[in-house]
Amino acid sequence: MTALVEIEDLTVRFSGERTVHAINGVSLSVAKGEVLALLGESGSGKSVTLKSIMQLLPGRRTQIGGRIRFDGRDVLALKGRALADFRGRDVAMIFQDPSLALDPVYSIGTQIAETVIRHEGVSRVAARSRALDMLKRVRIPSAERRLDNYPHEMSGGMRQRAMIALALACGPRLLLADEPTTALDATVQMQVLLLLRELQQEMDMSVIFVTHDIGVAVEIADRVAVMYAGTIVETGTISQIIKDPRHPYTKGLLAANLHGAVKGSRLDAIPGAPPTLEEPPTSCPFAPRCPSALPVCREARPPLVNRGPGRAVACVLEQEPAI
Amino acid sequence: MTFTTTPASVVIEVPAAPTVSYWAGVWHRLRRDPAALICAAILLALIFSATFAPWLGFADPYTGSMINRLKPIGTEGHILGTDELGRDMLSRLIYGGRLTLFLGITPVVTAFVIGTTLGLIAGYVGGWINALIMRVTDVFFAFPSVLLAIAISGALGAGIVNSLVSLTIVFIPPITRVAESVTASVRKLDYVDAARASGAGNFTIVRVQVLGNVLGPIFVYATSLTSVCMIISAGLSFLGLGVKPPEPEWGLMLNTLRTAIYINPWVAALPGMMIFITSLCLNLLSDGLRSAMNVRQ
Amino acid sequence: MSASNTLSIAPSLADVGGPAQPLITARDLTCHFPVRSGTFAPKKVVRAVDGIDFTIRKGETLGVVGESGCGKSTTARLLIGLVPVTGGKIIYDGQELGADLSLRNLRRGVQMVFQDSFASLNPRLTIEETIAFGPKVNGVPQAEALAIARDLLDRIGLDPARFAGRYPHELSGGQRQRVNIGRALAMRPRLLILDEAVSALDKSVEAQVLNLLDDLRRDFDLTYMFISHDLNVVRFISDRLMVMYLGEIVEVGPAEALYHKQAHPYTAALFAAMPSMDPDARTQVPPLAGDPPNPIDPPSGCRFHTRCPQASAVCGMTRPKVTTLGPGHQVACHLHDPNSGHPEATT
Repeated sequence: MTALVEIEDLTVRFSGERTVHAINGVSLSVAKGEVLALLGESGSGKSVTLKSIMQLLPGRRTQIGGRIRFDGRDVLALKGRALADFRGRDVAMIFQDPSLALDPVYSIGTQIAETVIRHEGVSRVAARSRALDMLKRVRIPSAERRLDNYPHEMSGGMRQRAMIALALACGPRLLLADEPTTALDATVQMQVLLLLRELQQEMDMSVIFVTHDIGVAVEIADRVAVMYAGTIVETGTISQIIKDPRHPYTKGLLAANLHGAVKGSRLDAIPGAPPTLEEPPTSCPFAPRCPSALPVCREARPPLVNRGPGRAVACVLEQEPAI
Repeated sequence: MTFTTTPASVVIEVPAAPTVSYWAGVWHRLRRDPAALICAAILLALIFSATFAPWLGFADPYTGSMINRLKPIGTEGHILGTDELGRDMLSRLIYGGRLTLFLGITPVVTAFVIGTTLGLIAGYVGGWINALIMRVTDVFFAFPSVLLAIAISGALGAGIVNSLVSLTIVFIPPITRVAESVTASVRKLDYVDAARASGAGNFTIVRVQVLGNVLGPIFVYATSLTSVCMIISAGLSFLGLGVKPPEPEWGLMLNTLRTAIYINPWVAALPGMMIFITSLCLNLLSDGLRSAMNVRQ
Repeated sequence: MSASNTLSIAPSLADVGGPAQPLITARDLTCHFPVRSGTFAPKKVVRAVDGIDFTIRKGETLGVVGESGCGKSTTARLLIGLVPVTGGKIIYDGQELGADLSLRNLRRGVQMVFQDSFASLNPRLTIEETIAFGPKVNGVPQAEALAIARDLLDRIGLDPARFAGRYPHELSGGQRQRVNIGRALAMRPRLLILDEAVSALDKSVEAQVLNLLDDLRRDFDLTYMFISHDLNVVRFISDRLMVMYLGEIVEVGPAEALYHKQAHPYTAALFAAMPSMDPDARTQVPPLAGDPPNPIDPPSGCRFHTRCPQASAVCGMTRPKVTTLGPGHQVACHLHDPNSGHPEATT
């Protein structure tokens, strides 16, 4: 497997009234046709990572360091027309709130057709038939009629499907999904997750799926990168993360999911709250909340210990040889 | 490995900045806005000089000499020149600030009190009371504010008191409308529901929970209206519906000096410049206040 | 440790009917909102809550689940008088609201915590003032109200010496939600309604708040009505579960039993839609198709029949009767009513 996206030592800092070191040295790669879940809580930097691939961060207040490569090309150097082509044709993005992606004054069919015309220069008729085809592929019932619907005329789950149709209209090789199912009802969330899984396999796309919900990651991801305080604390296949979590934070998150927690038992809650990141972390960012923290954790950033291909844990406890 | 259970009383909390009161926070943010600070300084200087004009040793603004008519800017003894009756321009501009600022600020303050009360009632109570207040407001909105001010002043007759009344009437509707919309949006918030659920009466809820959160935005809006009010009141004087000569007032001065525009354009433009600078400062200051009062930055 | 007597006010409303009498009984409770799409459009009615009957027992935790538009939040707001009752009765500890009990007194017995921790705190009041507000408007002197607030801050895990004077924007989401819980407790209610109160919190913080709720329930002798969309959380905290769909109750039963076996097809679908948490056994088929319908014009008969995999002709025509399946377990479905005429009905 070759990597489609490679991120090396990404750092993102926002300046303004308060400086925030949102990303502090993130390295990851996504293979062709692979679904990677970025798992973390609010402020962990998962969405910022996604937005920096699309160059969607506010330019004047953001300092980006490191390198992002897409199919060998330097993404952070793209500008103007090249950037516009990159967005939408090579990479597409879907959001938690479909109103960020759908324009309320155009019908769904028109929006999809316009996107196809802009990126592929096909005729209006061909673009419209592609739009119809896309609506069918995302399983919107009576797609012909829905082509002329406006976003506000659709239900929540339907809008989410329309946004997916718009994102996938030009057959992107990478889909960036920013919590696309979080605001949906449970039964609708599962429909959309299954749809995304099917489309991903049909189109052989790579997907980076940002979520705070381990349950969602289990349903969709091949691999998981767990983020905390702008760093990756653990990566591995979804089975490894669920069945053999190594980092104390991952273990705490799994316990907090309450899957199978029985009433009356006491929850093993992670105490405290994440750091505010006004300074870049110089020690393990999780140490203040970690039940197994050692003095060394408060002195330096933990090393990223490799545990086989695609498996790494940023924790000093992983360093010691097994006895 | 297990996580030790923390007792409820132990919370490792986010290191937060030391508590500052709301207004201290506003002042802290305002201090970093140079444009707003400069504007505030200019306005303070204007208000100060206007208030204390008689004690600052300026020339008499009412007496001039026909020999010294329309001297240009920079004349010995008359730094800003003289007007068409030979009166010192600097002195008249300073004294003119008294009436102009008074006519600009008083109607807005009065309208602020009345409009906020009406808007609070309409926005908080809702229903047919809201419909009644807001539809009457809409009727006044149908007329352009300048036209409305001229019509009311025309009907009441010229004079300072009458222009105060007409300007107040003109500014009640826009303030009411802003107050109503801010109140209605605050009223929908959960903390108002929580206050209702604790059994508090409507008057207490408005006083404790609503008022503090709506006064800020309404105040900022009213500040921006002050400049409009100054311009309209100057316009009324210009038309002869407001202040009467020989009282120094910027709008009136602009009117009487317009005949001199070909002879001494710089002097003729001075009252206009004063109106322009003051209203620009008021607008920039209200912009700065608006962003400084926004807590959730 | 029965620390609750350090508080200077006792539970606002003393117990009346003894432990056997339900704390809350709702009979045929209904709430309709008129809506108008335009000035001249005909008035339509949102049937947010449409004739529901339920009880909340003293000391229990009743979990309420359902999708958006099912009426769970409206039910909560009805119980605390924030939306007007269109029809039916609310009976608090044997006293009927409007007849034996005033709204003001009901609100001393029932309090609520909202989902949005930021919107439910006044940004211009310190958290101490926010907590003291309730006691103050109920006649507690200022100094005493502040003492209650500081005591409560301590109980909800926020050191009063450091937090009392802070403003909401200086707190984290979890801390703000603790303050909201404290504000509700300052009224010394017996029923605390938690409307998605932990849903917006990060998972690690959510667990802390759930532990806190467990402590407070014991210390303050509380009854909870816990509304959530997260079935894992509901299972962890609830004694009984109430499932709602489009303004109606479709199933009520003991939480643990419902978790293992659901009688109503909608309840079954809700549980089937939970993520599997097993990467080797992912969900393969979505449990339901489509979105929940609009409560403005709900389907006839059984409201779930448009999405139900087991619907038959009778489901579209008649409203299902409530059938009792076991102790405390009731379901409104033709499948469980032998006389319903449903071909697959149990006999």
